[in-house]
Amino acid sequence: MNDSQRFTKTTFTQKKESREKWVKVLLFMVTLMMALPVILLVSFLVHKALPVLSLNFITDIPRDLMSAGGIWPAVLGTIYLVVLSLLVAAPVGVMAGIYLNEYAKDNWLTRIINLAVINLAGVPSIVHALFGLGAFVMFAGLGESVIAASLTLAVMTMPVVITSTREALSAVPMSFREASWNMGVSRWQTIRGVVLPNSISGILTGVILEVSRAAGETAPIMITGAAASITFRQGETVYYLLGEKFMALSYHLYYTSMGWKVPDKLPNPETGEMVPMTQAALEYAQAIPYGTAVVLLGVVLLFNSVSIAFRYYLRTHRKW
Amino acid sequence: MVAGTPKLNVDSLRAWYGSEEVIHGISFDVRENEIFGIIGPAQSGKTTLLKIINRTLEFTTGSRMGGLVEMDGQDVYHIKDVYGYRRRVGMVAPLPVGLPLSIYDNVAFAPRSFGMKDGEELDGLVQKCLEQAALWDEVKDRLDSLGTKLSGGQQQRLTIARALSHQPEVLCLDEFSIAIDPVTTMKIEDVLKDLRKEMTIILVTNLVQQARRLADRTMFMLNGEVVEIGDTEPMFSGNAKQPKTNAFVSGDFG
Repeated sequence: MNDSQRFTKTTFTQKKESREKWVKVLLFMVTLMMALPVILLVSFLVHKALPVLSLNFITDIPRDLMSAGGIWPAVLGTIYLVVLSLLVAAPVGVMAGIYLNEYAKDNWLTRIINLAVINLAGVPSIVHALFGLGAFVMFAGLGESVIAASLTLAVMTMPVVITSTREALSAVPMSFREASWNMGVSRWQTIRGVVLPNSISGILTGVILEVSRAAGETAPIMITGAAASITFRQGETVYYLLGEKFMALSYHLYYTSMGWKVPDKLPNPETGEMVPMTQAALEYAQAIPYGTAVVLLGVVLLFNSVSIAFRYYLRTHRKW
Repeated sequence: MVAGTPKLNVDSLRAWYGSEEVIHGISFDVRENEIFGIIGPAQSGKTTLLKIINRTLEFTTGSRMGGLVEMDGQDVYHIKDVYGYRRRVGMVAPLPVGLPLSIYDNVAFAPRSFGMKDGEELDGLVQKCLEQAALWDEVKDRLDSLGTKLSGGQQQRLTIARALSHQPEVLCLDEFSIAIDPVTTMKIEDVLKDLRKEMTIILVTNLVQQARRLADRTMFMLNGEVVEIGDTEPMFSGNAKQPKTNAFVSGDFG
């Protein structure tokens, strides 16, 4: 083999390189296709929702048999759901996660609990709905209400909160704990002093992410307290008592797109006479489900970005 | 030290991980204020032995031990206040572990966990420990910066300062020089020579020469058994009683 041959590509090398190129292009195309549905979905929704999209749509109450006005009661209902289920699922889930990761020994009881958590996470949401109906609405006597629906969502999110908490905790190196235990520091002091400060942002990220995902769920709330329509008077402050039925974005979207028909005629506010809807009013009414979808996406996205901000903070402030 | 009252007395000690026996009934004494060297190849049970001495083996699932460990004549496995006991035994791990806290908090962590409040007393203790670990001069101007941002050698000295922060009577060092440079190693060795005035030191090392430089007496372990215990100098100058010891210290195996 002379020198010029040593640096020429053999056919094997050439084949290897072209294969490399093709695989890379293929993988890139597939990845690109992943983004396509998102772009299509969002642009379709926004396009369809154009007639209603304005700040007023979010802050106004529904008018004219829901064919006009906004969706503020539904937005508020969804905020209620997220906050209430967060208040229940976060402490319980995080504490259980801490126990399972930091204290639990590997024995049959722990294994059974782990199995239960995994299985609970796999239960379909409509089954959770039925459980919520039986446990909270009927047995606990809460009736169809915000609190019953929030508790149902909390039960549904708890297993994933536990799982994400455990993940965040096990990201803290074992050597930190051992160093602390070696000095006669107790387990709880170790958790308080070393483990939690270094995993809290990870835990919060997971909790917010999981609970905001629950904000989009329809099945668990539709039979535990969500109402298709609640009439609010002009100028009335919109709020729900914990025992009241409520409107929520996801259910509003379901109802306006499935069960509900745009009315042909509306009563004239002055004469009370039924008059046909104008073309513009009709277009507005038809765009309401799409507008609701966009707002729902926005709310979920808002919660997600909070959690992404936390994750970013976590990455840049990692102390080891 | 009064003859016949060892600081630490270990008798017929055995240990298991699951069904595997890793220490097969060993017995030895450690005298007060001596540096007791433990040498031996990997898998000879040295680290497990240290974990038994400061009662942290119980954190390893599936581990068991049998036999007797006494400190000052007291059976340590019958001491109720296990946290208080661990405090009496300082432990330095092979790899430096800077806790993700400030340098000050690293050292103040254990004293605080025993109820010491912030103030002059704690400040003084932190300074004393960092001085003893030969780290004070390098970090005194940045006690608030993160312990994890220090270099490896500095972190190892921080680990030693932390082990001193709970004012132990026995200090166990497990191959402390494995991840640090020779210069730092020599610095820490000088520290240890000073510390032995105040406490008893158990030094597990994979560097045979380190044991020779520091230890008063040395124990040679092999596969969970004690081959030989004796004064360091004869053992390292070819006068060990067991041929295996001579072979190990002269580098023929291990």
